[in-house]
Amino acid sequence: MTAAPTPVFTCTDVRVSVGEKEVVKGVDLTINPGEIHAIMGPNGSGKSTLVNALMAHPALRVTGALTLDGSDVSSLSTDERARRGMFLGFQYPVAVPGVTVASFLRAAVSARRGADVGVREFRKELLARMEDLDMDPGFAGRYLNDGFSGGEKKRLEILQLLMLKPRLALLDETDSGLDIDALKVVAKGINTGAGPDVGLLLVTHYQRLLGYVKPHVVHVLMDGRIVRTGGPELALELEERGYDWLAAGEHTGPAQQARTFEVPLPLAGEGTGEGRQ
Amino acid sequence: MSSPADRLDIGGDYATRYGFHDPEDFFVRAPKGLSHEVVEMISRLKKEPDWMREARHKALDVFVAKPMPSWGNAEMLGEIDFAEITYYLRSTEKSETSWDEVPENVKRTFDKLGIPEAERKFLSGVTAQYESEVVYHSVKEELTKQGVIFLDMDSGLREHEEIVRAHFGTVIPAADNKFSALNTAVWSGGSFIYVPPHTEVTIPLQAYFRINAERMGQFERTLIIADEGSRVHYIEGCTAPVYSTHSLHSAVVELIARKGAHIRYTTIQNWSTNIYNLVTKRAVAYEDAVVEWVDGNIGSRLTMKYPAVILRGERAHGEVLSIAFAGPGQHQDAGAKITHLAPHTTSQITSKSISKDGGRASYRGLIKVRNGAKGCKASVQCDALLIGEAARTDTYPTMEIDEDDVRVEHEARVSKLGDEQLFYLRSRGLTEAKARLMIVNGFIEPFVKELPMEYAVELNRLIELEMEGSVG
Repeated sequence: MTAAPTPVFTCTDVRVSVGEKEVVKGVDLTINPGEIHAIMGPNGSGKSTLVNALMAHPALRVTGALTLDGSDVSSLSTDERARRGMFLGFQYPVAVPGVTVASFLRAAVSARRGADVGVREFRKELLARMEDLDMDPGFAGRYLNDGFSGGEKKRLEILQLLMLKPRLALLDETDSGLDIDALKVVAKGINTGAGPDVGLLLVTHYQRLLGYVKPHVVHVLMDGRIVRTGGPELALELEERGYDWLAAGEHTGPAQQARTFEVPLPLAGEGTGEGRQ
Repeated sequence: MSSPADRLDIGGDYATRYGFHDPEDFFVRAPKGLSHEVVEMISRLKKEPDWMREARHKALDVFVAKPMPSWGNAEMLGEIDFAEITYYLRSTEKSETSWDEVPENVKRTFDKLGIPEAERKFLSGVTAQYESEVVYHSVKEELTKQGVIFLDMDSGLREHEEIVRAHFGTVIPAADNKFSALNTAVWSGGSFIYVPPHTEVTIPLQAYFRINAERMGQFERTLIIADEGSRVHYIEGCTAPVYSTHSLHSAVVELIARKGAHIRYTTIQNWSTNIYNLVTKRAVAYEDAVVEWVDGNIGSRLTMKYPAVILRGERAHGEVLSIAFAGPGQHQDAGAKITHLAPHTTSQITSKSISKDGGRASYRGLIKVRNGAKGCKASVQCDALLIGEAARTDTYPTMEIDEDDVRVEHEARVSKLGDEQLFYLRSRGLTEAKARLMIVNGFIEPFVKELPMEYAVELNRLIELEMEGSVG
């Protein structure tokens, strides 16, 4: 009997509350090395809340057990999880005016590696990764997400993914707001970041991105629960049939209710850091 | 208060009344409190010309007559006990604090900033002089060759009386406000700079090169004259905390930028948090001249300071770039004033403030455009960053526009150091403390990048300490 490989990531009975409201109602996941999982679901089903919770967002109350490479990370803070190798690609990346992409990334890479990276070594690596993503070298000197277009922000998220080399990447709606060319570049970046040892969890609303990044496993999240898990073909089926049939068939409560459920999560991009135009 | 007759009398029989032939041997330190006697004594000790002595006495009357400002922070201003202040100390007598008396938090900050031993003692008032003579001498030689005058104000008055007399108090008259009157009455030290026509001073002139008690006194008086087409950058203060047992710092700084001249005046103020810092700074800019105030306020209990530029000649340009950091118990009431008197003059005010954990920062600004000053442009931008629950920020912008053909922009923004920004940075592995610091450093970046390298590095380090809450 050969021992099963240690999963990159597991979570068991994850429940997430925003204020008094339970938004994620018991989710289990096991992501093995090299696996790409996709979580799909209608608006308000709890997808973004789930991945933010897995990264220990301070506004969320989370219960359940999490492991990364076999060790328990449930009680670790956001930055401890990140240094262990968890990564969240934001749906709405936050602007930090006055901080350049390069200086931010160098601090982040140093934190992840547990040692300061030399300026020259870092610069070389950064420029190479930027070239992979068709980014102008001048990008490194711009202020973090400050006045960036939607596409630029998403590219920067992927650049961070490539530089930080996480064990588990959670990518929240990385495909939203991209034109087709940008989508291809971003998808290429995600595929580069994937690799045989890494775990990937893509949150997406549409199947669009999945045309370029092939998931091994597709989950459907509705009203805070995974109502179905299947192979890549499930994504295509959802594209054709929508979500209603799942809600009606597999899940208690009317489909309408699930669709109109709005998550009151204070998402990034509103207020504080956005560029002034 | 004394009448003018009394005053003359004090001067007239000074020797007989006090019986001292050489008052310098005895009056190393004025008695506490403010009076015509004290003013007379200061002027006599300095062997000043009559016009200056007279100016001091007049200014004292103005100071007494003027009420305390009812704005800014009237409550904190009310805490100042003018009778308890010593208005003049001979520089050799300033070494009165012992190192043991210097508060622990100030010492800790010196450690963390890596301030050299000798400098620490000066900054905390343990020694009166800290001179880096080697640097200063080479600078001085270069300046002398160019015909630039760079002296402390007392020497300036002695050695260049005519220039001083022609300009002293012309930009900021004694009667401008209560504290400019106070300064005029009891001023001591400060810098006097004259830059000849079409001369460019390439290195920043720093009070720091020769910081001593005369230059960094309680009531210093600075006058900078940049003659036609000349250029000079003056830097005042340093990032290290300046500890003083004196509770009041009230300076007056006058700048004159003649036709086509360019003056930049950079201040980093980090007084210990027992100090009331009430400073009047104003510049006059003639035709095509440029004046820039770069003003950083980190320390003090209360700062009230509004660097001003009067744009007197056509196409003159005035700029004020400031940051204020208000920690617990501090109120930074800072801002800027620009007066457009001539056509096609332009101005820009950028004010950034950080209020942390109960600290309070206010922007108080005035843009004035006189009728006939056509084609002027003025822009004001205020950014406030709040950290913690009890922090407070206020904005008091005033516009007095008496001309139609102008373009004035005002933009104010308040943001809270947000959970979302922190979460974003922490999700990349930065600790909460590092993330906070990165956000704050980014916020003040537009200011920091205007500073010479060594100041920029020090300021970033200082902000780091302030963010740790380890600076008193």
